[in-house]
Amino acid sequence: MIHIKRLQEDGVDVIALIGEIDASSSIELDLAIAKSVGEGFRKILIDCNSLEYISSAGLGVFMSYIEEFKDQNIRMVLYGMNDKVSNTFEILGLNELLKIGKDKTQAKSMVNEL
Amino acid sequence: MNYKQKVGCNIENLKGVRDFIRNALKDHDVPDLQISELVLALDEMCSNLMIHSHQCNPEELFEIHIILKKGEPVIFEIIDDGNTFDINQFAEPDLGNLVHEKRKGGLGIRLVKSIMDKIEYQNRSGKNVCRLIKKIHFK
Repeated sequence: MIHIKRLQEDGVDVIALIGEIDASSSIELDLAIAKSVGEGFRKILIDCNSLEYISSAGLGVFMSYIEEFKDQNIRMVLYGMNDKVSNTFEILGLNELLKIGKDKTQAKSMVNEL
Repeated sequence: MNYKQKVGCNIENLKGVRDFIRNALKDHDVPDLQISELVLALDEMCSNLMIHSHQCNPEELFEIHIILKKGEPVIFEIIDDGNTFDINQFAEPDLGNLVHEKRKGGLGIRLVKSIMDKIEYQNRSGKNVCRLIKKIHFK
């Protein structure tokens, strides 16, 4: 089960993930990101403070946007991951392919600087 | 000590699979980060099985066994009637290619292979048994 909340701050779309993302719920992550892009946001923050679990279904959603975001100059930064979630990204080396900040302050400066 | 659970092939049941694995390993004082990796590997194997071998038909069941024997690696068995897909035979695409092709698949198998020490398949009285083996310390 995943709850997704979106809020907009200074032209940045902050997508907060609350709960667990697996094969049954990854579609909701995909829809939330697609919606943000559809609404024209060029800076997207993914708040992972309340993300308790992510499987490859969720990782795959992030991966699938990497190329498109590069082409369209859309910036996405993830932040606030707990140890277990960040370990999941690290097992596959996705922490090298995605932009990941420690907290919101760092993520905001990353999304504005990149 | 052995643990057993029957699971119907509905991806809504993955949460129950994760709870089953987590609770069993917690009973044996396995460290949290290691539990989370093993939970992830079993989630990946079970979701693949549900989606690709059983087309998410909730009427079709498989079984998970956890075998914890002192001084030996932990063994997770996934026991099923369906077609076996041997992930050892699966050539993982390059991570860069996955990004380029915007593909969402192929990551799960890579995770399982990274987490587990050994993955083997057996045929036991007509059933397919996938054994996931990992050396861990437990009580």
